[in-house]
Amino acid sequence: MKDVLLNPGLDRYALYVIFAAMASYTIAFLVFVWHLSRLSSKSKKLQKTAVSLERAGLIILIVSVLLHGSGVVMRGIAAARVPWANMYEFSITGSFMIVAIFLCAWFVKEIRVIAVLVTAFALLVLGSATTLFYVQVKTLMPALQSYWLVIHVTVAVLATAFFNIAAALAVAYLLRNWTWLNKSKAPGIQLIKRVLSVFPESKKIESLSHRFNVIGFILWSFTLVAGAIWAERAWHRFWGWDTKEVWTFIIWTIYAGYLHATATRGWTGARAAWLSLVGFAAVLFNFTIVNLFFKGLHVYSGLK
Amino acid sequence: MSLPSNVTHGDEVRSPKLGLAGWVRWIWGQLTSMRTALLLLLLLAVAAIPGSLLPQRSSDPNGVTNYFQQNPTSAPTLDKFQLFDVYTSSWFSAIYLLLFISLIGCVFPRVRHHWDALRSQPIETPRSLKRFPAYLAKASKQAGSLELIAEQLRARRFRVRTTPTSVSAEKGYLRETGNLLFHISLIGVLVSVGIGGATSFSGQRVLVEGETFVNNLAGYDSFSPGVWFDAKTLVPFSVKLNKFQATFDLRNKTNIGTPLDFQAFVSVRNKVSSQTSNSTIRVNYPLEAPGANIYLTGNGYAPVLTFRDKDGNVSFSGAVIYMPQDANYTSLGVIKLPDAKPKQFGVLSFFYPTKAQLKTGAFTSGYPAPVDPLVSMNVYVGDLGLDNGIPSNVFSLAVHGLKQVAGGKSGTKALTLELGQTVQLPQDLGSVSWDGLKRYASLDIDYNPMQVWVFIFAMLAFAGLITSLLTPRRRVFARKTETGFELAGMAKSDDPRLQGILEELVLGLKVRKK
Repeated sequence: MKDVLLNPGLDRYALYVIFAAMASYTIAFLVFVWHLSRLSSKSKKLQKTAVSLERAGLIILIVSVLLHGSGVVMRGIAAARVPWANMYEFSITGSFMIVAIFLCAWFVKEIRVIAVLVTAFALLVLGSATTLFYVQVKTLMPALQSYWLVIHVTVAVLATAFFNIAAALAVAYLLRNWTWLNKSKAPGIQLIKRVLSVFPESKKIESLSHRFNVIGFILWSFTLVAGAIWAERAWHRFWGWDTKEVWTFIIWTIYAGYLHATATRGWTGARAAWLSLVGFAAVLFNFTIVNLFFKGLHVYSGLK
Repeated sequence: MSLPSNVTHGDEVRSPKLGLAGWVRWIWGQLTSMRTALLLLLLLAVAAIPGSLLPQRSSDPNGVTNYFQQNPTSAPTLDKFQLFDVYTSSWFSAIYLLLFISLIGCVFPRVRHHWDALRSQPIETPRSLKRFPAYLAKASKQAGSLELIAEQLRARRFRVRTTPTSVSAEKGYLRETGNLLFHISLIGVLVSVGIGGATSFSGQRVLVEGETFVNNLAGYDSFSPGVWFDAKTLVPFSVKLNKFQATFDLRNKTNIGTPLDFQAFVSVRNKVSSQTSNSTIRVNYPLEAPGANIYLTGNGYAPVLTFRDKDGNVSFSGAVIYMPQDANYTSLGVIKLPDAKPKQFGVLSFFYPTKAQLKTGAFTSGYPAPVDPLVSMNVYVGDLGLDNGIPSNVFSLAVHGLKQVAGGKSGTKALTLELGQTVQLPQDLGSVSWDGLKRYASLDIDYNPMQVWVFIFAMLAFAGLITSLLTPRRRVFARKTETGFELAGMAKSDDPRLQGILEELVLGLKVRKK
């Protein structure tokens, strides 16, 4: 590798931009919550203001994602390479992808209802990234110096983003179909019930969630195959049951199960939604616990 | 595994008197049912978990040894359940073999079914269309509407079957083709991996600068062949390590000492053609030799040391491989001198490429390149245990039972040498000189003849997967009614475009009319 000049000064500014994005996401989150409460309001007049609140939320979310994207790009320039070589960088890039893909799907009206969940998740990821995973810019270790870093990791991050949106939709589905909640007469629940009543019908949520999972599964399969090809080059075998490989396989199997479930009578609906959530829990587990606490070859968190 | 909805099996209720053949058929039906396949799939995911929680012999043998030392009571029990060999264990194998049997039992009937479907016409138009997921009725007096609809459907590449009063059309047969290709390719992957495991080999060799590896069994430090591997198939070639170069960052303050590049400069000689060529092996860029790939998996320092007895006779001379212990290459080396006079002794030695001193006075290394190198030595006398012929690890010295005569609490300070220095050993053991510093490369030499097949089947599976998941399979029906006609559509999976297609067909009629 050629001599690389890192730019820690620019990285500091990149971090400030990420903080600005977090502030902006916070505002977007609050606006979306406000929007939902207006939408489910009993008064027709208040309901009408909901449309403009949604538009305001969208604009703030676009500003947030632009800030977020600039932070990611600046980090990449500061490190003189792709910004996804350690846990901090995966987190900021991954959460950026999630919001970006969500915004690309904004034209699907029914998906807008999970704006609250997506913004909250992005905020949570950026919060943990900046406080728990942050490391200064470093050069790439020789094992990561490969074009597969671009291919394998980009697609893995994309797959995660699709699984994430599908999981958020699964949450919406389960809330909508929660018998206990729907039967409850407690006063506090009434508000939640009104919010849920403005959710799109569950069939629609289910099919949207399924579509995101299908694309996520294709991307995850690609990640797995690309990872095996890279592993053959870097570690002299295409599959060795390294902890990260094990969890990639587990996630693949769970989502394969999900796809079979949705094609089987009696396994659609809530069961499929739960499987989708189990799958996403495994994705999160693979990213956090496996990265930080498991021994293996994929030790790229950069944390000590 | 995902069956067409019009095929069912395994779920029917049967009478209790089955007989042997009946039982076999019942079990086969159960095994190949979708529900069983789904459960086996999820079970496989769960069964894979323990292998990530416990160290595995295949990927982390040292971890297993440590686990046995730290948990002497529970480890043997866990071992009984093959929990240190999860992925080759009988229970894990049982799950995936059952899964694949289930898959085969499911896929092959579907291949026949699909083959028939591909060569036959779409099904007859059902009598009642009103209950279909997409439906529309149109009052129309236009003559030949059905013919026009059929024509439009053909233009949309539907397969069409017509009667004077009805149209039945189907498209998206590729969905099932892709699905079958995916599942059959998975069987291909499994079989290739299995055969590959039996016919491949994997070996290791540490090469010091100037040394040559010859590709035969004697050339390897360790060699693990598959059960069907024949050592005669090793292609005769040799690899000489001319120079090893490691580059570390000196420029960026936050990154000092981080490795930037490792390069092994080698000459490869083909013994058959007697041609020699030079190449470089780097991490991620293995050398592709005939019948073997050579990977760079590690590196370190090999100080050249010479031990002489007090009369000046050489008892050992050569490059000693030191194992790196930390990121700055503080390295540990072991030298055993069983033939030394007057008595045998062993040396536990540390190498510091750039020496630095901790507050305790102990040495450490401050930078991984040899800026200011130092070697320190602890000397032990006693029976090294090499005379009884039992092989022992050359990289470790069992100090138990030996007497330390230099370093530690022996009363004599550990010996320290700078490059080029000679120092006297205690107790009349003679002297040691540090004559030079070489680097070494750890190489992995692997070959799996089935790897290309694993790749091909994986690619086919991926192609099948994409085709299957992204091709919608649709059926469209049309039937004449008293007032006009009605249209209906159904899809294999959730299909948001269905109603739209029906509307477009109606719109198409109007365009024609004008």
